[in-house]
Amino acid sequence: MYKEKLKKISENIWEIPMINGMLVPGRIFFSEKLLNNLEEDALKQIANVARLPGILKYSIGLMDMHVGYGFPIGGVAAFDIEKGIISPGGVGYDINCSIRLLRTNLTLADIGKIGRKELLHSLFRTIPSGVGKGSKLNITYKELDEVLINGAQWAVKKGYGEKEDYIHTEDNGKLPNANPSDVSQRAKQRGIGQLGTLGAGNHFLEIQKVEEIFDEKTAKAFGLKKGMITIMIHCGSRGLGHQVASDYVGLMGKEYGWPEFDRELVNAPIQSELGKKYLSAMACAANFAFANKQMITHWIREDLKHYFSNIKADVVYDVCHNIAKFEKHLINSKEKEILVMRKGATRSFGRGRKEISEDYRDIGQPVIIPGSMGTASYVLVGTKEAEVLTFGSTAHGAGRVESRTSARKNISADKIKKELEKKGIDIEAGSYKGIVEEAPEVYKDIDEVVRVSNEVGIGKLVAKLIPIAVIKG
Amino acid sequence: MRKYKFLEHTADIKFQAFGNSLEEAFISSFDALKEIIVEKNRIKSVKKIKLKVKGNDLKELLYNFLEEVLFLLDAKDFIASEIKNIKIDVKKNLFEADVLGDRVSNYKISNDVKAITYNDMSIKEEKGKFIVQVVVDV
Repeated sequence: MYKEKLKKISENIWEIPMINGMLVPGRIFFSEKLLNNLEEDALKQIANVARLPGILKYSIGLMDMHVGYGFPIGGVAAFDIEKGIISPGGVGYDINCSIRLLRTNLTLADIGKIGRKELLHSLFRTIPSGVGKGSKLNITYKELDEVLINGAQWAVKKGYGEKEDYIHTEDNGKLPNANPSDVSQRAKQRGIGQLGTLGAGNHFLEIQKVEEIFDEKTAKAFGLKKGMITIMIHCGSRGLGHQVASDYVGLMGKEYGWPEFDRELVNAPIQSELGKKYLSAMACAANFAFANKQMITHWIREDLKHYFSNIKADVVYDVCHNIAKFEKHLINSKEKEILVMRKGATRSFGRGRKEISEDYRDIGQPVIIPGSMGTASYVLVGTKEAEVLTFGSTAHGAGRVESRTSARKNISADKIKKELEKKGIDIEAGSYKGIVEEAPEVYKDIDEVVRVSNEVGIGKLVAKLIPIAVIKG
Repeated sequence: MRKYKFLEHTADIKFQAFGNSLEEAFISSFDALKEIIVEKNRIKSVKKIKLKVKGNDLKELLYNFLEEVLFLLDAKDFIASEIKNIKIDVKKNLFEADVLGDRVSNYKISNDVKAITYNDMSIKEEKGKFIVQVVVDV
């Protein structure tokens, strides 16, 4: 019923008018082509989010939107700090599921000398996918608290990497106001054995090649050039973050009651004690994820050193995909601090924002959008248009179109492996099922997703990266 | 009677679990979760953990019970094989059972379930049969 009510505002922009108690309209960023895969249930979730107190301007669905729990994946919503709410559903269970891109001084020929398979096996052995307790480390609860406070900066202090790594990470790899006492002992118990692990599901590590440059000047500023080998790391806050989300879903339900239209939209006022505690616990989980990727980065470098003694693998940028942040935006032409929730969305700030690291500040924030397994990934640059249209956000990936159950019925892992090999892509995975469920055909067309981002102007194309080897958790 | 079945869901995994009593339906939902985590692999019952779970309503009780399975997996190196001596007090929303299982490291885990969710969750009774529906985040 929402699909029928969609009103076209302009090319690629659609509106859900205010119906059924919505406080603001919905805004959907879809091309005609993507519209074929637009789910009614995802639109309903956009409309439900629009009913939450204190929501500002629009409830937003980006190009890669699909059904989530409470909020859709590929959704953005911003809230007034005084009147608004915070919902764990607006962030997701995998708090700070995020992407880091490394640029190397290697070319495909260098990789060829060692052999892609050899390199892939070596990295697969080095980086624990770590379901259950998989960490190579043994840290104390006191050290875990330091991880939760200091994130990637903790890892660098411990010798995992360099200062430049966290400088090129959102919030310098350390979200402020993270108080470990707001994280339950259960969450800490789940996380302590998982620091420095990739995790399974859609998480991955990929060796790629820069295939095409769309914007020479920006690519140069990001240190990217054609033919260069890049490495992409996708992981989150593991069991610790999942438990933080579950804990606060329960606590908020108890304190403020369950919303009758969707229990997953349970929330608390931003100014309430519980709301503040959730934001603090969320920051702790985000910092766990930052530290996680920092350690994996270090291990990748160590591993590659065995093959290439002069290896360089610098962080281009590290972007959050599941997070809530206090940011300043123009509301009714006045600058105002608001709370922006991005669930399966990437921050896409234009030049000049103080949140962007100094060396990129005159250019805009690097936006990293991974494709699905075996398809291209893209680097974009944030824009001023995004700040106007989407609270400074764009898509975070391809977005699912086919369910895991149906993928398992219809797709064979062997066939995918062979097809990928034909394209020159090797794969190592924790399970065959993992390959099938993340097969390229269950995702939307990433090329179309980024094309629309570029056309609307909420993230401009800089470079295309193609995979040459993939490790799935 | 089939104990559980998987339903279509775009991003996550959705299942329905059945039983002739609420207790049986809860056990079936555990069996479905177990299949998601380790597929059809058999888990040995070499250790026993006594589980007590509380909730503010029945949905929360189901959520907290299934979440406990994830907690044991991540935090206690314990993969559950079966549920015995289950007792559910519907009035007080209390759940008690013995959970049998083994060390995680002895098995291949094929799915890292991130969380149990309330998305589309339902607990229904129809003509003496109980049906629970759950979506898990993977």
